[in-house]
Amino acid sequence: MIYLASILVFGGLLVALAAFLVVAERFLLDYGVCQVSINTGERVLEIEGGQTLLEALNGREIYVPSACGGQGTCGYCKVTVSSGGGPVLPTERPLLDRKEIRAGVRLACRIKVRGDLEIRIPEEILNVQLYSAEVEHTRDLTYDTKEIRLRLLEPPAIEHRPGQYIQIQAPSPQGPVWRAYSISSPVYEPNAVELVVRLVPGGIASTYLHNLKEGDPVTFTGPFGEFRLNEDPETEIVCVAGGCGMAPVKNIIYSLCHRWPGRSCRLFFGCRTTRDIYYLDEFRELAKEHPNFRVVYALSEELEPEEPWDGETGFIHLAVDKYLEPGVKRQAFLCGPPVMIEAVQDVLAAKGLEPDDVFFDDFGLAAPPARVAGLVGAV
Amino acid sequence: MNDTSALVIFVAAVFTNNILLTYFLGMCSFLACSRRFETAIGLGAAVTFVLTSTTILNYGIYYGILVPEAPLCAMDLTHLQYIIFIAVIAAFVQLVEMIIERFSPRLYHALGIFLPLITVNCAILGVALFMVTFQFTLFQAVAFGFGGGVGWTLVIVLLTGLRQKMGYANLPAPFRGVAITMIVTGVMAMAYMGFAGMVSIQ
Repeated sequence: MIYLASILVFGGLLVALAAFLVVAERFLLDYGVCQVSINTGERVLEIEGGQTLLEALNGREIYVPSACGGQGTCGYCKVTVSSGGGPVLPTERPLLDRKEIRAGVRLACRIKVRGDLEIRIPEEILNVQLYSAEVEHTRDLTYDTKEIRLRLLEPPAIEHRPGQYIQIQAPSPQGPVWRAYSISSPVYEPNAVELVVRLVPGGIASTYLHNLKEGDPVTFTGPFGEFRLNEDPETEIVCVAGGCGMAPVKNIIYSLCHRWPGRSCRLFFGCRTTRDIYYLDEFRELAKEHPNFRVVYALSEELEPEEPWDGETGFIHLAVDKYLEPGVKRQAFLCGPPVMIEAVQDVLAAKGLEPDDVFFDDFGLAAPPARVAGLVGAV
Repeated sequence: MNDTSALVIFVAAVFTNNILLTYFLGMCSFLACSRRFETAIGLGAAVTFVLTSTTILNYGIYYGILVPEAPLCAMDLTHLQYIIFIAVIAAFVQLVEMIIERFSPRLYHALGIFLPLITVNCAILGVALFMVTFQFTLFQAVAFGFGGGVGWTLVIVLLTGLRQKMGYANLPAPFRGVAITMIVTGVMAMAYMGFAGMVSIQ
């Protein structure tokens, strides 16, 4: 009896307290309508206070990227807050460097809209749109990698730069998740978006994408990414990709050969065995048409006895070292696992490239801005 | 029943029975939030408010439900006092957090993590339990809770002043930071013993 009474009294009290708090929250945390002014008044949004800035912006079709779903762990949703943001929170500090803190950069997912805000968002993010598309075709590139081509329905065209990425919406038991994938189709095909997707065991988005059939609807936002191709045709472009890091590189190479047919560019692709090779025939075809484009594939594992292979062997940074003569003006784009990026960065530095001319994407395994091309980031 | 006057209990709670320097309760936020005067005053005010209000709430619940002769429940449920006191304190701190977030965002950011930590501030549970041990009436309990809060605020402000002064002192390296703060707290506790015997609540 006394146990029952204890439980009833304690349970009843907890319910009463919780109900009281819910009511109090309704009244106390009602901030009314707040004005969020973007880029010094270029756009002014009237937003219901109390939600996070990220939720508020996404709700108004401003797709500030976020890979962690507003958990404050990915650091993608950086915006500059010039007034009304309050002090930098301890939860933001690990993802901001000193320069960013001084400039007023904040994580949109950590800031609660409590009053009028003035923020700055890069013009490009304002141009990010929500696209609906359908699967045009899928093709197996290797045993675990698929090429997926999406035809855009609404809006019917996307304007992007080579090296940029989109965020695909994938269903999961906990609600939709967004994962970043690089666009592998060239910029002169604005009505479609092609992806290279490697199946990650247990990965939500890669499993979803691999199971898509022709005609299935797909939703994504984009384009995102800060890479800018050097516009000076005298500058040689060096692309180094590893494993499934081919997507942004393919976009860069095709877009570049289309715009500057005679421009010098090099593609290095490293994988393990002949089973992992894809797009080699396409690139060889391209190299025939564009004599200044050269492609080198290297296999890091031993060949089977009698296996035919006319490319390089060994790790890809050795091939980069072998084929690049020092002292040429270059810009480099690296996409692959962190170990590869590190090794290739050392080689490129030895060849005289400034760190500013080396852009890399290591699938987000080391530094936040990287999951960019995200290819396998889809876990 | 305790027949000490409420005024005496208030004075005792501030000086002779100071929650911090006599009972050594509520030390963690005391040491952590005593760097800046503004933060110390803000936290002190929050603790005082929470202490006074939760004492009233807990008094009502203890004598209204838990004791055997309570009007609402005839059974002896006093074994629930700890968990119920803590639940009431936790809910109340949530409320205070909302109020501060709404009306003073600056203080909200300055207090940071220590605001929710008032929940587990032992001073607050301590006062609720003393209220039971000393068999206070409601009025006496409020005086004790409010006095305890004022005493806590007074001591944290004193310590903040001392720490700010110490900023200019040339301390030997091993004493810097928490070490000297603990020593200063000890000295302050000894100084507070001078109040002993001035008034008594027993």
